[in-house]
Amino acid sequence: MSSFNFQKVRSDFPVLSQTVNGKPLRYMDNAASAQVPNLVIERGSEYLKKEHSNVHRGVHYLSQKATSAYEAAREKVRRFINAGEAKECIFVRGCTEGINLVASGYGRKFINEGDEIVISQMEHHSNIVPWQMIAEERGAKIRVIPMNQAGELILDEYENLLNEKTKMVAFSHISNALGTINPAKEMIETAHKFGIPVCIDGAQAVPHMRVDVRDLDADFYAFSGHKMFGPTGSGVIYGKKEWLEKMDPYQGGGSMIKTVTFEKTTYAGLPEKFEAGTPAIASQIGLGAAIDYLNSIDLDAAFEYEHELLAYATERLGAIEGVKLIGTAREKTSVVSFTVADIHPHDIGTILDQEGIAIRAGHHCAQPVMQFYDVPATARASLAFYNTKEEIDALADSVKKVIEVFS
Amino acid sequence: MSELSELYQEVILDHNKNPRNFREIENADRWADGNNPLCGDQLRVFVDLEGDVVKDVSFVGSGCAISKASASMMTQVLKGKTRAEAEVLFDEFHKMVTGQLDPESEETHLGKLRIFAGVLEFPARVKCASLSWHTVNAALQGEDEVSTE
Ligand SMILES: Cc1ncc(COP(=O)(O)O)c(C=O)c1O
Repeated sequence: MSSFNFQKVRSDFPVLSQTVNGKPLRYMDNAASAQVPNLVIERGSEYLKKEHSNVHRGVHYLSQKATSAYEAAREKVRRFINAGEAKECIFVRGCTEGINLVASGYGRKFINEGDEIVISQMEHHSNIVPWQMIAEERGAKIRVIPMNQAGELILDEYENLLNEKTKMVAFSHISNALGTINPAKEMIETAHKFGIPVCIDGAQAVPHMRVDVRDLDADFYAFSGHKMFGPTGSGVIYGKKEWLEKMDPYQGGGSMIKTVTFEKTTYAGLPEKFEAGTPAIASQIGLGAAIDYLNSIDLDAAFEYEHELLAYATERLGAIEGVKLIGTAREKTSVVSFTVADIHPHDIGTILDQEGIAIRAGHHCAQPVMQFYDVPATARASLAFYNTKEEIDALADSVKKVIEVFS
Repeated sequence: MSELSELYQEVILDHNKNPRNFREIENADRWADGNNPLCGDQLRVFVDLEGDVVKDVSFVGSGCAISKASASMMTQVLKGKTRAEAEVLFDEFHKMVTGQLDPESEETHLGKLRIFAGVLEFPARVKCASLSWHTVNAALQGEDEVSTE
């Protein structure tokens, strides 16, 4: 048993103390969006009350306050993922925008007719569609790393897909639909043997495991603030500066230029080159506060505790007759996807909601995963360090109730 | 669980388990696909017309209990109706599940379909109940695809 003080952490998240449909809220939809601790709420509100102005634009007091808070958040991100330089951490609206930025900025420069982009069977749509769009634009082809029934990528086949035409490998560090932790470091090393850069979708990893982009040697690494206890509208695309410097901007506008005439514009350096327009200042500062929060708790113990929750949920749900777990990789984070006999996940979701239990029911923006398992959708409980075993008991009991209703 | 039991009534559970007219119609005069991308509900509705009358109507596909039961009961109700009558039903059903018509206090043709008034309490499920109706409406209008986004 871990010694992690989840009750203490729970009390940091005001949203968790409410009742829903007369039952205590049991929030188990963290993979979709995690809740926000007081520290983040207070930081955001303090910024709006006392520091708000536009960034990088004014010489006045507030503009400098806002700019320094915004840049301080970038430095917090750098440390948290151990990037070499803060300017390699580009602020974006979220993981989706980060991947689009890479697909378009890298793709237009380096992907040509007949080239190949390798993604995996278990990707979120946000790590599929941007690559399809750029593949179509550039006349390139998408190739897919297959997975096995447990939801693990088949690494031999991965290596076989790589060749001199491969211009990008993109896959998720952790699958949001299955919870699988992919061996990112090893897979990046393989791609680098062929000289291929790798873009990692880290949306589910940054909130649930230690991520060190330099140790991974990732070329690009994308994640969203709202899945790591920060505000929506915040997010980061990390990129090695060697790549970012060679890429063209993703969007044009204010802040991203050095000089503009009607004949020619020269672009600003990193990170501004990729941050056109007024950014989500308050949100990114909130992301910085979320990192402060994560640094303030015993994060390793928190991750270990999440692992215990995973084991417990797997055991409790797995023991119910009719429940089938989808995604049984050896290396997993606290995501439990399941189906219950032939009961549609939406019916499960609605009935659980009446018990105050928030889970996700659907395709989890990963339709190819659903196609692989030949199910229209799954129910998914995704746990964070503020969840409890008692909540998992309630989940298991309610799933039994669902089976009763439909029997 | 009173609202819940209102949503998952015996009738709905029964139609979910044993959907009526759950089959294809070969060489149907009309058919259309309905998709709810949010849930992954997918169904195809077939309609055979005789003049202006719905001679046969059926559906296939996969979906939650609400969408399946709704499709099943819809096929039962529509059989033998004229296109004009079907349109009135579509309109009334749509209004009922979006809260624009209260079948308890207003005169309607909905009959046993009033059971779906319960979805009003479950906003996320309204589209499940109305998917088959949008789909049959598309088929009757000669469109072959609808999506309830
Ligand atoms: C693995 C994964 N990638 C990408 C995303 C997209 O994140 P966002 O919607 O915050 O851009 C998500 C979130 O749904 C995710 O789970």
